[in-house]
Amino acid sequence: MATTKHIIHGVFGDEEPLLDACKKLRASGIRVKDVFSPFPIHGIDSVIGVPRTRLAICAFIYGLTGMGLATLMMWYMMISDWPNDIGGKPNWAYYFNIPAFIPITFESTVFCAAHGMALTYLLRCWLVPGAKAKNPDPRTTDDKFLVYLDLNDEQAKKAEAVLKECGAEEVNHKGSYTVEPKYVIEETH
Amino acid sequence: MNSEKLNFTVPSKARMFAMALMAVGLISIIVMFLTDHVEGDEHYHHNRAWSNVFAGSFFFMAIALAAAFFLGLQYAAEAGWSTTIKRVIEAVTMFLPWGLSLLMLLFILGQLHVHHIYHWMAEGISTPGHANYDEVIANKMGYFGWFWWVRTILYVVGWLYFTFKLRNNSLAADKLDIDINNSFHWKNVKLGAWFMVLFAVTSSTASWDWVMSIDTHWFSTLFGWYIFSGMWVSALIAITILIIWLKKLGYLEFVTESTIHDMGKWMFAISFLWTYLYFSQFMLIWYADIPEEVVYYQTRWESYKALMWTVFFINFALPMVMLMSRDSKRNFFFLMFVGTIIFIGHYLDVIMIVMPGTVGHSWTGLSWMEFGTFFFFLGLFIYVVLNALAKAPLKVKHHPFLEESLHHSI
Repeated sequence: MATTKHIIHGVFGDEEPLLDACKKLRASGIRVKDVFSPFPIHGIDSVIGVPRTRLAICAFIYGLTGMGLATLMMWYMMISDWPNDIGGKPNWAYYFNIPAFIPITFESTVFCAAHGMALTYLLRCWLVPGAKAKNPDPRTTDDKFLVYLDLNDEQAKKAEAVLKECGAEEVNHKGSYTVEPKYVIEETH
Repeated sequence: MNSEKLNFTVPSKARMFAMALMAVGLISIIVMFLTDHVEGDEHYHHNRAWSNVFAGSFFFMAIALAAAFFLGLQYAAEAGWSTTIKRVIEAVTMFLPWGLSLLMLLFILGQLHVHHIYHWMAEGISTPGHANYDEVIANKMGYFGWFWWVRTILYVVGWLYFTFKLRNNSLAADKLDIDINNSFHWKNVKLGAWFMVLFAVTSSTASWDWVMSIDTHWFSTLFGWYIFSGMWVSALIAITILIIWLKKLGYLEFVTESTIHDMGKWMFAISFLWTYLYFSQFMLIWYADIPEEVVYYQTRWESYKALMWTVFFINFALPMVMLMSRDSKRNFFFLMFVGTIIFIGHYLDVIMIVMPGTVGHSWTGLSWMEFGTFFFFLGLFIYVVLNALAKAPLKVKHHPFLEESLHHSI
């Protein structure tokens, strides 16, 4: 059976009632899809249930990559391809001269971790050149705060009530769409 | 708000613990002085015993000093997050007069030739023809000698002045019912900024004068920052452990989890500052391979190799692996456990800095002497700091960032 989904915008004039509304919506089991605000609202992530970022794991992987690349590069250049005289020290093994290689390893690790993180963030948020701003209501760049909801019939009714109760200035129904179920379970008796 | 425990009283158990540490330490210091001899070495005058006492005094004095620096830094930067833990930091700074007195006593005894920690204090060191004459040191005597004493007194007076001014202004603000202009706060902001200026210069020069001059022939320009980073991270650990312990006792309810998380970040970050300087000093000397510089690491590499690697792994690898993730910094038992190990690691670092210059190749490895002395100074430190903590309410009354700090969340 197809379900109807409704897109609802709850517009607030302040961040406090918005936070309050988000808490109440979540408490009654309604998913807050997104919040748009002119400035960062402190502690909003945990209130609307945004999972913790996994960017740190990426950073670790990029760092390891940088470390590996630097090691490979220096080993090839300084030891394998053309053994270099490093401060008059024996040059037949990498570990013998490791203090000399540490600064470059460190720099390369930091370089790869930092650039990798920045690029991952930009791509994941699709902040590429020419990308269009995904803003449902331009007023949120000035003085309005918006809760973006995407709900079925029953939840939509409940959500509209909650938003009004919490002091939303406007509750806008922005349209609905139908979703066909992906799998149909056939009854077999 | 009234149910909060704002006034700390030293639990009798903690007092007994500190006393017991001091008693054990004192006994081992006495036994150490009675037994510390090296067969056949006439120039060895309880060197290891004196060096241990010096290391203990210096380490804990440095913690108090670094705490004072950290406090001044919070004011100078007008930081908001640390307001709730200000009293804990202040309590740690109150060990400074004790540590400095102990060090001054050691310096005076050295000048009276009771101990031989400082080579340049030896009799006739700059008199040509004397049995102790040393040309290299004789050429440096313009910097040592009376000028050294002028500097030492300047450090002691300067540091104590700023530490007590910061503390007294903070206490004086508590006596006011209302502080509209934050007058004492602004005084402390100014003091903090000036202390940064004084500390920037004196932390380096004091490290050269008091610690680096043990190896009088040798010098390293970044030595001051190396000592500074070590003392800073030790102070951060001391403060963090104290906060967590107080929280366990039911005090400091107003300190948020995020504040402790931030202290964990500081521990993590400054551990790397230390590593950076520890390694830089080594690498530059290793690379250049100049005999008068290499001699410093020669002694350490030959007779202190185990200690050198231990210090390196505890103070670098351990915080990197253990304190990197967010969860580890929010697990307070874990933070305390790792912090304790790194704290000991930094004490061993001081041992490794001091001993080769005084004990040299007679070193036989870590023993009860190092730990006994450490216990004595640790006990004294705990005793003094807890008493200082009991003297003032745990929460500052007037501070423009108090409200921000109470709601600190990251």
